Amino acid sequence: MARALINVPAKAKRGEIIAIKTLISHHMESGFRVGPMGVMIPRDIIETFVCTYNGEEIFRASLYQAIAANPFITFNTVAIASGTLEFKWTGDNGFSATESVNIIVE
Amino acid sequence: MKRAGRGLNEHGTLVTPPPHPSLASGGGSRLRLAASFGCLAYVMTCFAISAAEIPQNERRSSYADMARDSKAMQDDDTANPGMLSVLDGEALWKAKAGAVGKACADCHGDARASMKGVSARYPVFEPKLSRPINIEQRINLCRTEQQKASPFAFESKDMLALSAYVSLQSRGQPIAPPDDQRLAPFRETGRTLFNQRQGQLNLSCAQCHDDNWGKRLAANIIPQGHPNGYPLYRLEWQSVGSLQRRLRNCMIGMRAEAYEYGAPEYVAMELYLMWRARGMTVETPAVRP
Repeated sequence: MARALINVPAKAKRGEIIAIKTLISHHMESGFRVGPMGVMIPRDIIETFVCTYNGEEIFRASLYQAIAANPFITFNTVAIASGTLEFKWTGDNGFSATESVNIIVE
Repeated sequence: MKRAGRGLNEHGTLVTPPPHPSLASGGGSRLRLAASFGCLAYVMTCFAISAAEIPQNERRSSYADMARDSKAMQDDDTANPGMLSVLDGEALWKAKAGAVGKACADCHGDARASMKGVSARYPVFEPKLSRPINIEQRINLCRTEQQKASPFAFESKDMLALSAYVSLQSRGQPIAPPDDQRLAPFRETGRTLFNQRQGQLNLSCAQCHDDNWGKRLAANIIPQGHPNGYPLYRLEWQSVGSLQRRLRNCMIGMRAEAYEYGAPEYVAMELYLMWRARGMTVETPAVRP
């Protein structure tokens, strides 16, 4: 299972801009490297990252081979209502990981 | 291939290279004069190396030389990729393993209490083996003897994760090498290895890390070479790595033949490096470029 670390403030004021930081363990093998016996190491990367806030998509990113291992993605959003932020990473070889964090907006 | 110019022979004693013979040209009295100058130069070199040890108040962690972004990465536990390995280690700490079916936690309880300060004092002397062992070797001894499990391979994901989790418990503590006389000869071996020229480039660790720290090697600032953040996340490696991996890296850089993982030479060097960094703060899991 892929480990992930999420940093979202537990509480925020309505209308406040909040920073969301996400870090996930993934080796992001580019597919351009040569392994033992001269065989190419097949590509194995995370392709998509999506964040939804109470079911509505607020952020999406496409990742490519040049992204380093353990991608760290940070972005801002406006705290509109209490609820759940869901994070989903999908990639090669059926890779899929989800995390969710609750936020209280006052 | 034999290692040139340094190392332990099959009896376990240190092999010292002979003085440089470059001044042995010319004849008669000139030769004697040159030879005595050569000896003097050799003695002075030895003196210079031992005298150039970094004064206590000038020692600093490589953290101080890092860019702002790298510092921010280390300071924030949700941005430090080393913490992903720590999370794996925490799961391993609680997972039952081996024929005995016991987890680390079954004997040692909560690591936050029982492992506090442990990595700050390793390597320690292991009486059963009559030699010092580092934290990785302690983990493997626990696995084979207490859990009856297979040892982790050095530098494997599990080994790094468990040693990172154990070492995290000493974060913020001062490095405190034990005052154990049995360690003294091994520490001296480590000091000798640190000061001894080796490899095709004929460099010693001390030439960079004692004599020229703070200057630049290409674009990089030469660090003092303190072991205060291991295992650490290196951006160049894109993964967590141990102190031994770092030492191997340096040896390959000097074009010396690196020792095998777990070799007594590394443990001796680790002992010396920990003593050299005594009192400095543990940063595990550190981030380094």
